[in-house]
Amino acid sequence: MITLSHFIVLGAILFCIAVAGLFINRKNVIVLLMAIELMLLAVNINFVAFSRFGHDVAGQVFVFFILTVAAAESAIGLAILVLLFRNRSTVNVAEIDSMKG
Amino acid sequence: MIDPNLFQLVCFYAFGAVAVLSALAVISLRNSVHAVLALVLTFFSTACIWMLAEAEFLAIALIVVYVGAVMVLFLFVVMMLDIDQEKIREGFVKFLPVGVVVAVVMLVEMLALIGVRAMHAQTLGANPAGDSNTAWLGKALYTQYLLPFEIAALILTVGVIAAVALTLRERRGVKRQQPSEQVAINPRDRVRLVKMAAERPDDAEPAALPAQEAKP
Repeated sequence: MITLSHFIVLGAILFCIAVAGLFINRKNVIVLLMAIELMLLAVNINFVAFSRFGHDVAGQVFVFFILTVAAAESAIGLAILVLLFRNRSTVNVAEIDSMKG
Repeated sequence: MIDPNLFQLVCFYAFGAVAVLSALAVISLRNSVHAVLALVLTFFSTACIWMLAEAEFLAIALIVVYVGAVMVLFLFVVMMLDIDQEKIREGFVKFLPVGVVVAVVMLVEMLALIGVRAMHAQTLGANPAGDSNTAWLGKALYTQYLLPFEIAALILTVGVIAAVALTLRERRGVKRQQPSEQVAINPRDRVRLVKMAAERPDDAEPAALPAQEAKP
C-alpha cells in the first residue's frame, strides 16, 4: 500500500540529489540549469502527492503553473546561455565574472 | 493472483529507483548530452509515479511539455555549444565532499521530519477526482483559477518574446538580399534609354577614310 510518506521521501531524495548537483558541478551552467529542473520536479512530486492524499485540486493546479513557469524559465535561461557562449566562448561559471558580483 | 496493493507498491519502488538512479546520473555524467538524456529518463519515471498517484493529466503534460519540448531545447543547446569537457570538470572532485555532505545532511533532516509526521500513516484512499482526472483539473482551472491561468499564458508569451529577442542578432558586414528593396525597384532608376541617331558620320569617317584613299 503506497502511503503519503513514500511520495514525500522520493521528493526529498530527488531534491537532495539536485542540491548535490549544484555543489559539485559549479563550473557548468548547463548542468546547473538541469539541477534546477530536477529541484522543481521534486517539488512537483510533493504537490501531486499532497493533492491526491489531501483530496484538494489546488495542488495539481499549482503543479500546472509550476510547469508553465519552469518551461519559460528554461527557455530564457538557455537563450541567455547561448548569448553568453556567443560573446565569451565559455559556459564556465568561474570565467563569467565581468560583473564582479 | 497478485495483490493489487502489493503490485502498486512494487511498481512505485521500481519507478522511484529508476528516477533516483537517473537523477544521480544527471549530476555525475561527464558528457552533457548523456546528462540530458538521463534527465529525460528521470522525468519519464516521475511521470509514471504520477500515474500511480492517479494524476494522469499532469503525467501526460510532463511528458509532452518536458520530454517533448524543454529537454529537446536542452539537447539543441548542448549540441550547438562546443564545450570543452575537460576544463569544465576541473572542480568536480574538489567540490564532491562538500556537495555530498550538504545533500546527506539535508536528506537526513527531511527524512526525520517525514518520519515524525508519518506516525499516522495516510494510505491512498478513494480518488477525489472520480472518473476523470482531466475533468476534475479542468473544472478548477477554468473557474476558480481562471485569472492565474491567463497570467500563465501571458508568462509563456513573454518568455517566447524574450528568448527570441535575446538570441536575435544583426551581423555586421554580411552581404544578403533584401527582397523588399528588390521588389520596390523601378526600372527607370536602373536603365537610362537614350535617343540617338544610328550612325555618327562626323566622328567615324576621318579615321576610316585615309586608309581607303591610300590604296589606289
